[in-house]
This record gives sequence, structure tokens and C-alpha cells, in this order.
Amino acid sequence: MLKGKAHKFGDGISTDHIIPGRYAHLRSNLPELARHVLEDADINFASKVKHGDFVVGGSNFGLGSSREHAPLVIKMAGVSAILAKSVARIFFRNAINLGLPVLICDTDQIKDGDELEVDLAEGTVRDKTNGTELTFGKIPGVMLKILNEGGLIPYIQKHGDFKL
Amino acid sequence: MPKTLAEKILSEKSGGDAKAGDIVIAKVDLAFVQDTTGPLTVRTFQSSSMTELANPERTILFIDHAAPSPNSALSNDHILLRDFSRQSGCILSDAGDGVCHQIVAEAYARPSDVIVGADSHTVTAGGLGAFATGMGSSDVAVAFGLGRTWLRVPESYKIDVTGDFQKGVSAKDLILHLIGKIGADGATYKALEFHGSAIEKMSMSGRFTIANMAVEAGAKVGLFASDETTKKYLEAEGRGNDYKPLAADAGAVYEKTIIINAAGLEPTVSKPHTVDNTAPARELKGTKIQQVVIGTCTNGRLEDLAVSAGIVRGKKKASTVRLIIAPASRRVLLAAIEAGYIKEFVESGAIILPPGCGPCLGLHQGALGDGESCLSTANRNFEGRMGNPKSFIYLASPATAAASALTGEITDPREVV
Repeated sequence: MLKGKAHKFGDGISTDHIIPGRYAHLRSNLPELARHVLEDADINFASKVKHGDFVVGGSNFGLGSSREHAPLVIKMAGVSAILAKSVARIFFRNAINLGLPVLICDTDQIKDGDELEVDLAEGTVRDKTNGTELTFGKIPGVMLKILNEGGLIPYIQKHGDFKL
Repeated sequence: MPKTLAEKILSEKSGGDAKAGDIVIAKVDLAFVQDTTGPLTVRTFQSSSMTELANPERTILFIDHAAPSPNSALSNDHILLRDFSRQSGCILSDAGDGVCHQIVAEAYARPSDVIVGADSHTVTAGGLGAFATGMGSSDVAVAFGLGRTWLRVPESYKIDVTGDFQKGVSAKDLILHLIGKIGADGATYKALEFHGSAIEKMSMSGRFTIANMAVEAGAKVGLFASDETTKKYLEAEGRGNDYKPLAADAGAVYEKTIIINAAGLEPTVSKPHTVDNTAPARELKGTKIQQVVIGTCTNGRLEDLAVSAGIVRGKKKASTVRLIIAPASRRVLLAAIEAGYIKEFVESGAIILPPGCGPCLGLHQGALGDGESCLSTANRNFEGRMGNPKSFIYLASPATAAASALTGEITDPREVV
């Protein structure tokens, strides 16, 4: 069971919102890079996010660049999962490859600051603040296998190859 | 069963009968990274149990995003890539060679290849009939080591383009129009497959522009058949032997068909801050801009420079505008010098950048100031993209960009061509 606060964002949060190209010079200094996570969407996000919290987006979360640094800095901020109405393809794959769950559900009713409980096995999100319960779409089988190993590199270390 | 282009390529590369929705493990014919995603890829590879590259001669490290480097941190990333190239035996494409996607098109991509690159615009090589898609550093590191990747076979949308383009209207206007119509997530996880008489007549340069922006509708690939135009392009690049024909089967199943009449298209502009926020250029008349960029992997090819040089020839850019030209590759730059375009740009008041990504992603060479607006031939106008979240980016064709550089405001190129 994952527990934490919701940090609510709108539709179309791009990888440039998450970690813009102007910080490319920090990509080999990840702790420094991570200080700028989601800065262009919410300048205070890095200072208020707590370990276990959730990033809650709208539609097409993570559109844009293939930079794996985008889900990486979100993970480094301590975020336990991303919830969104829909997610861009490359970002989705990158997040799962890093062991960061991305859960697709109708996030409209979730407000910024709501206390959430996510049950990955049951596929449910309980919003303790507004008392509602949501179900999220199943993570595709192949991605679940990778996620369950903690990401793509641990998966390959263990299996030596794709065993899908 | 009849197959789409995506199903055909992935059947061949997985050794099975790939249908939309299937998960396949495909042979990777080319894997590459660039200098902002490469260091993480190299470190990920080195931290894994993989020790050798599966195909060093088909593994490329490109230094193009910050080339030449604007600061010591990025210079150190470049050193890391050069060292890894020496140690692993893979290919290095260093600063000044050009944008990865242009060089992949010129020198490496082949029809029916599966290509993975740690850059979202890897889709560009779909113009040659390659299943080319962007992935992150972990996926590309694994492709480096195993020479294989897993893929979900995408459903395909058939984009059927008929009719002839008006003068002053080009492939860029077509793809901006399409993204405006279906939305920035209108083709998420799908293959966009381009067909029809207007596509058959289209140059490779135009096909690359369209394939390049498939990802801006969320698509996994933007695919074109490999035909006589493809063959002539490969021959001109000295790669005639890489040609092979590729066409979708009659009766292939498409999830959706979108019909576009090229004759009805107008010069089109994406307004800030999303690519699908489109409008005809004529409706934006009077919108002041302080910078114009002609170049990038979307529109930095010789044909793009020819069109824009033709518009500024013998004229001066507006004094209120910085006109920046960034040829996509060394080969493009040399050809543009020989054709006289570079002289014409310089005489019009332009700044010529070295081949590479230029100011597209806000790293160097033309970051915007507070409140400034830029009209660019690139593929993205996200908030903060060009180095400043307080600036505004408009996207358009090389013709619209050149016409607007002359007036200092967004201008429909049909007024000048």
C-alpha cells in the first residue's frame, strides 16, 4: 500500500515542464538536476514534495522528449507513483524502466493536497480526503514484469534477456 | 493476412507474424544516443551486467545538442562519450557533423530497419520506411548490449493525402495541420502511415519533415513506403545498395483513415505553448517576433534552405529580428555553400550556426529573453523549450519563417513567393 499526498497538475505536462533542456548541463549531476523537478509547472514542487507522495496529472502526461531524466528526477523526489488520465508513450516506458509506477485513472476528482492510498495489487486509489475510490487501468503484462523487478536493468540482470 | 507497414517490418524483424497489439522482440538494426541522453545511457550500460556492444558498427554516439559545448559540464559529458566510443568500438559523430536524425537519414537508416534512439525525434527515419522510434536511456542501453528490444506492434492510422500543394505550402504545413486536427495525443501509441498521390510525389526532405513530427501527435512511428524516390535518395547518398522496396499490403487493416486534400492546405502555424494549437499564418498577421530560426532536424535540409534563401534573396531581414540559420548537417552546409544560399542568408543579415540542433532546446545559441517571441521551423513549442519559460514559440515552415524574418511579424509566405 502506497500512502501520500497528491500534487495536482493539469493536462499536457511536458518533459520540458518536468526538467527543461536549459538544465542539460546538470544531467551528469543528478542531485543538482533533481532540485529543478517540475519547476516550470510549479516552482515550489521540489521544496514541498515528501517521500511517498504522488504526482497527479491530467491527460497526455510526460509528452515530448525521450529524456529518462524526467521520470528519474520525479523518482528522486521520493514520489511513489504517477497518476494521470493518459500518459505519453516514451515517458510511460521510461518510468516503468526505472521502477516508477504510472497508473491510468480519472484524476479529475483528486485535488491538490488530498491524502491518497494506492493499492497496486488491487488496482485502486482511495482518496481519503474526499472519500472516493478509483480503479486504475491494468499495467500491460510485459511492463508489469519489468516493474516487478524494479525496472529494466534489474530485469535484464536477473533474466539475461527479454523473457516475455 | 494483409499487413500495414508497421506489421510488415516488425514481422520481418521478429521472425514471426506480427499483428497490431502483439508484443514482439525485434532485432535492432541501429541504436543511437545523443549528448544529452548519451551519458546516462553509457552509465546505465556500464552499471549493468552487459559488457560488450551487440553491434558496434551499428551503434552511434552523436554530439549534436550542445555542439560545440557552451560550458565545462557539457564538455565533460562529451569526453565521456568520446571515451566510450574508443573503448567500445562504436561510431562517434562529433560536434559539427550535424543533427543525429539527419545523419541517420543520410548515412545509416535503411528501409525495413528497426531503429531505436534515445531521442524522441528518432521517428524521422520513418521517411525512409524504417521503423524508427524514440526510447529512453535504459531501453537504448539494453539495445546496445542485446541488439534486441521489445515492442508492442502499433495499430496504424492511414493518412491519405491527395491533391497538389499550393505555392508557398509544404510538408511542414501538412503535418502541423494534421496535429492540429487530431491533437497532441491524437495518435498516442499508434503508427501514422502516409499514403496517397501527394505523398508519392513528395521529396524525401518533405517525408522526413512529416515523419519527424509524428511524435508530436504521440505516435510511435511515422512511416512511408519505400519507393523510387527512396531509391534515388539512397543512390544520391552513395547507398544504392541499401535500397529495398517496401509497401503496405492492399487490404491492410487501419484503425482509422484520415483523408487530407493538399490543395486545401494553407501556411500553418503552431501557437504557444502546444504543437496542436494551430492557426493559418494569415490569421496571425501582425504578431511581432524577435527571432526566426530556420534549421533543426525538422527543417534544416538543403530543400528547406533553398526555399528560405529564395525568399530572402537580395533583401534585408527586419532590423527587429535575429535570423538564425542552422543547417542540419555538414553535408547540408557544404551543399548550401556551393549553391550560394549561405552567402544570400549572410547578405540578408542572418546568423549562421554550425550544423547541429541550434537553439531548438534552449541549451545555447539563441535562448530567448523574457517576453520574446520566436518563429521556428523546429518541432516543439513547449513552455520553456527555448531556454526561458517567459518566452513564446511559434512553429512554421521554412517559407513562413523566411517571409516573417523580412517583415518582423508572422507573415503568410504566399504574400512574397
